[in-house]
Amino acid sequence: MEQLASALGTVIVGVLACVAYFYGSNWLLDRVFPANAASAEKGIKNLQIAHAVRPWLFLGPALLTLGLYLVYPALDSVRLSFYNSDSTQFVGLDNYVWLWFDDGFRQSMFNNMLWLIFVPAMSTFFGLVIAALTDRIWWGNIAKSLIFMPMAISFIGASIIWKFVYEYRGEGSAQIGILNAIVEALGGDPQAWITIPFWNNFFLMIILVWIQTGFAMVILSAALRGIPEETIEAATIDGANGVQIFFLIMVPQIWKTIAVVWTTITITVLKVFDIVFAMTNGQWDTQVLANYMYDWMFRGGGDFGRGATIAVIIMLLVVPIMIWNIRSATRDSKGH
Amino acid sequence: MASLKLTDIEKAYGVTKVLKNINLEIEQGEFIVFVGPSGCGKSTLLRMIAGLESITGGDLQIDGQRMNEVPPSKRGIAMVFQTYALYPHMTVYDNMAFGMKIAKASKEEIHERVSKAADILQLTPFLERLPKALSGGQRQRVAIGRAIVRDPKVFLFDEPLSNLDAALRVATRIEIAQLNESMPDTTMIYVTHDQVEAMTLADRIVVLSTRGIIEQCGAPMELYENPKNVFVARFIGSPAMNVYDCKVMETGEKTRVAFEEGGHSFTVNVPSTPDQKGKPAKFGVRPEDLRLCEDGDEPLYKCEVRIVEKLGEVTLLYLEPPHEGEEALIAKIPGTHDFKRGEMVTLTADDEKRHLFNEEEISFRWIGKE
Repeated sequence: MEQLASALGTVIVGVLACVAYFYGSNWLLDRVFPANAASAEKGIKNLQIAHAVRPWLFLGPALLTLGLYLVYPALDSVRLSFYNSDSTQFVGLDNYVWLWFDDGFRQSMFNNMLWLIFVPAMSTFFGLVIAALTDRIWWGNIAKSLIFMPMAISFIGASIIWKFVYEYRGEGSAQIGILNAIVEALGGDPQAWITIPFWNNFFLMIILVWIQTGFAMVILSAALRGIPEETIEAATIDGANGVQIFFLIMVPQIWKTIAVVWTTITITVLKVFDIVFAMTNGQWDTQVLANYMYDWMFRGGGDFGRGATIAVIIMLLVVPIMIWNIRSATRDSKGH
Repeated sequence: MASLKLTDIEKAYGVTKVLKNINLEIEQGEFIVFVGPSGCGKSTLLRMIAGLESITGGDLQIDGQRMNEVPPSKRGIAMVFQTYALYPHMTVYDNMAFGMKIAKASKEEIHERVSKAADILQLTPFLERLPKALSGGQRQRVAIGRAIVRDPKVFLFDEPLSNLDAALRVATRIEIAQLNESMPDTTMIYVTHDQVEAMTLADRIVVLSTRGIIEQCGAPMELYENPKNVFVARFIGSPAMNVYDCKVMETGEKTRVAFEEGGHSFTVNVPSTPDQKGKPAKFGVRPEDLRLCEDGDEPLYKCEVRIVEKLGEVTLLYLEPPHEGEEALIAKIPGTHDFKRGEMVTLTADDEKRHLFNEEEISFRWIGKE
């Protein structure tokens, strides 16, 4: 209760402070440069100055916060990557050279590549198929809501759910994981799924696919509805069957949307951290870049130089996709 | 190549019947136009023939074969949509070739058929373009080309001109007429709400009303000269036929009617039976059939001019209706005339051009015939 009250208090104080800032600064500006000055010339000049200053007054807080929390850390990460572990000595490209020959990094890169191929492909595929199928049935919207629901769960929450799915108990005790329960029911031997190298990567990826399919489905469903019904009818008359209509008529018409969905998920995948962190923490050959960065940055005393280096690499990987994505998104919203 | 037979065709959405008792026989090579106000189900009927809508009741036969459950692609039909329905990601060539590719025709055959269709429609220079790089008229030609390539027995047009601007509409209408002439064996069914399209293109017009039934079916001039009921009479022709309540005064070989009991009466050249005497009826006359009364003419109606519209080749007069609250009577007088507002005019029309409908709005000329 006390926490709630203090949280509410903070929100109210914050909002009031904002209002006070915008109102007060605006008022101050008008006082310092009054439009009804002694001479008309002076008044016009004041008006011009106030006009030039006002946008910056209003944008100021936002720019400052963005700069402090986004731009500065990004730039400082780049700087840190050229320094040693406690950032006291400039070491040039040493960190990058170390990274190049580091086994952990190579494994992370390899696993990230697996993630990059598997997760966007499966999420988009499932999203597209589900979107197409649910459009045709009366309970489609219920199904869609259920499939979309994981989007509302944090990655950590999802990981905990799936930890129970993959849960393994030693010989003799009852299996509480649903996967092992099924395996046992079918007469197989229970496995410690997330410790099986290589394949455990996919068990982790399934979690992200589970989350992202809903996102892909919603966007693609909207796109599918935008397809003119007549083109599908024309194809029916032309003799195309359901599968042909889907792949030859519908998919090509929403190709741009598919690409945007794919790249958006790709960016999420490149930054994937929480799932690996919660499920395996990079053990059993499941390391990925973001978790590896966290490892170096904060574990075992912390090596800011190497951690920052990995961060820079992730950033370099994301930026081109991001630019492409934003470009195609703005192009789409401008219309064809 | 194909004749069609529709027997008791019905369409219902839930309990709402949108089409009922549709009986129609279409001969091979005929150009049939379905016409009617929006919501009358004319497009639905066309889509039922195409197989895009299920048939609730009745029989659809093409060439004597029941087609109710046959998929659209197997009915030997091709359809041209109002919105063209071109595949936006395919070139003009691929749009026209799609059906044949699906049917796994040989490359040479596809090429031959597409080139021929493109040639007919003057689309050869655009074959490699995407639909978005074409004008509206060109797009509609591609849609027609796509239908030609399918070499259909029955050509279906669903308001193909409504998305074109006025000038293009006329040009494309003439192209469709020429296409029809160049394919004398192909049956064509054309849906429109534009009666000019219907009159100019059709061998036979099928008039549907919002009641979901066929009101009348016949050659354009037959519909114009001898409409079966008030609905058809007012739907065909522009401005619409003037129709006013009247009363039957005398019956016989010719019928004498009057707008008011005891008022001026005039004859209509339709026979009537004695039992109709004194009954209310509806008198109709087309604006273009009205003319100014000259010596020796039997005057039909004398009234005051309310509005004058001079269009050059004709003058439209909006006149005081026989009864208060009714629509203005319109007369279309050839040439330019200087009528004044408030001026009294006496109008008449040839005996043959006068129409009389009974209480149920059926034309006297049609009573007892079917």
